[in-house]
Amino acid sequence: MTAELLEKKPNPIANKRKRSGKEQFWLIFRYTSLTFIWFLIVMPIYVLVVNSLKGVKDVYLVNAFDLPKSLDFSAWPISWSGGDYFSAFSLGESMTRTLFFVVQSSLISAIIGSINGYVFAKWKFPGSNIVFTLFLFGMFIPYQAVMIPLVQLVTNMGVNKSIYVLVMAHVIYGIPICTLIFRNYYASIPDELIEAGLVDKASRIRIYRSIILPLSLPAFVVVLIWQFTSAWNDFLFAIFLTGGSPKLSVATTTLNFITGSSNQVFYGLNMTASLIVSLPTLVVYIFLGRYFLRGLLSGSLKG
Amino acid sequence: MSQNYLKVKGLSKKFGNVVALNNFSLEVARGELVTLLGPSGCGKTTALRLVAGLERQDSGTIFLESRDLTLIPAHHRNMGMVFQAYSLFPNLTVAENVAFGLQMRKVDRSARIKKAHELLDLVGLDSQSARFPHQLSGGQQQRVALARALAFEPEILLLDEPLSALDAQVRSNLREEIRRLQLSLGTTTLFVTHDQEEAMSISDRVGVMNEGRLEQIDTPDDLYNHPKNVFIANFVGLMNQVSGTKTGKSVSVFGANLKVKNEVVTDGRVLVYIRPEFVELECTESDADAKVISRLFLGSVSQVICQLNDGTIVHSLLSSRMSAEFAPGIRVKIRVNEDEVLVSNG
Repeated sequence: MTAELLEKKPNPIANKRKRSGKEQFWLIFRYTSLTFIWFLIVMPIYVLVVNSLKGVKDVYLVNAFDLPKSLDFSAWPISWSGGDYFSAFSLGESMTRTLFFVVQSSLISAIIGSINGYVFAKWKFPGSNIVFTLFLFGMFIPYQAVMIPLVQLVTNMGVNKSIYVLVMAHVIYGIPICTLIFRNYYASIPDELIEAGLVDKASRIRIYRSIILPLSLPAFVVVLIWQFTSAWNDFLFAIFLTGGSPKLSVATTTLNFITGSSNQVFYGLNMTASLIVSLPTLVVYIFLGRYFLRGLLSGSLKG
Repeated sequence: MSQNYLKVKGLSKKFGNVVALNNFSLEVARGELVTLLGPSGCGKTTALRLVAGLERQDSGTIFLESRDLTLIPAHHRNMGMVFQAYSLFPNLTVAENVAFGLQMRKVDRSARIKKAHELLDLVGLDSQSARFPHQLSGGQQQRVALARALAFEPEILLLDEPLSALDAQVRSNLREEIRRLQLSLGTTTLFVTHDQEEAMSISDRVGVMNEGRLEQIDTPDDLYNHPKNVFIANFVGLMNQVSGTKTGKSVSVFGANLKVKNEVVTDGRVLVYIRPEFVELECTESDADAKVISRLFLGSVSQVICQLNDGTIVHSLLSSRMSAEFAPGIRVKIRVNEDEVLVSNG
């Protein structure tokens, strides 16, 4: 009996269908393409990491792809403090300052986006769809197109070269995308929940505060990651609105690492500085990435 | 019972070009449970939402006693509402959900906690007060929703198909519970459903709606036994439609002459409406009207389904003991045990 049962047990290998030549070709093509794309993504990170471990002066274009002969971390403290090479540009100070304005701008634009999203999704007024469309236009205006008038505006206002001009710029430019994300998220919350609050004598504002806001965590995670990354990585606003002040943001400080020395390019320091600068966004994505994807899809998929 | 507690007069509402409610009027007495019954899209939920203040009517008025509610927003109407999809606040515990309306009315914390526990006890869920809605079954969630709607002692309780998302057993238990609570608290209630059994079993009066209009509002007995028109006759309960010949105020069907209730129909071939319980059968071979095609045993009564010679299906409701002889294939003669019938042009 046992022998019979063993004989009847399905053999997965035997049942596996043999792929045709065309199918095999596309399978190989898929894997080759994916490997190539993976390679394109990973290679710059590889170059950053290996060259940051070769010290300050031991990095040249010819050995950029080589593994370090021995691990030399000397470029790390120099990049962080500026050292004797770039005493004016401490990456540590610059990162602290950037973190300060990035956190502020992310929080402010998330809060404004959440309020806007609530109004556009659950508290509609005549013409609200038109106003929402106008909000969305803001997403499609490239920074470059408004840069000259924007620079003139902040100069006339006398707020250029201040860290707050960057907060303001990122908040204003963040509002459309934040509004869109929150509006889509709130659209997935049933209207009946709002109506239940209304018949319970809660005002619309109270419903937002007591019911909607506590349910908004996934959307807040998405928006904060989004805003944090775009503000942290921003170069254009940092260079134009602050007059290129190297001390104000990581983008301008890192640029000065690359262009600051007139005699020699220290690739080891450049690579290390770039790696250090990219670490905060990397950490944010590693720890909050799953919430990011979940929150991003929450408005588009029926739960 | 003076029916002037809630007075709804001439409500009309359009959504784009679609007429959802057409000159809808209704009066409800204090402590009464009135159900709006009708097919999907008949406007019953729209009527309820207008009373709740969740939609704005195009025309018409809503009065609660002498207070004009027509333009008052939902959060100032003091009405409790239970929704089809429970609509409990997912971030609040069961007790916090029930107490939410009281919190909005600035009732102090200890009083609202006490009241929430009282209400939860009333619906048998006090032991679940610290749980969150997603930790409860559908039936339990709807009980919490009921407790929440009753917590602040609303002037009117509005129930928007509260049982339709529940399974049959839970639905049956909960509808009895709704009625028990409504009677014990004396809360004036407006209930919306498309389920006849639900409407007929718990309501003081049932209003049948069709195409945005209230066709008839009456006690369940009167609605069933004295439908005002063919739509209601067909919609409420099971109704046979057989062919007959109308002459003046009488109609001839199955060899009998019956009085016609509605006289607007012209003479000649008409459709005659007869309830199954008024259809009697007699086994015969010589002058049979129909042949039995099946018999459904329903406990104390059985439904015998016959087919007339012209193919029309006729249902007869008989006691199970009497119906035993009507096996499929037996030929039968039909008698109508009713004096007055509704007719329509066939």
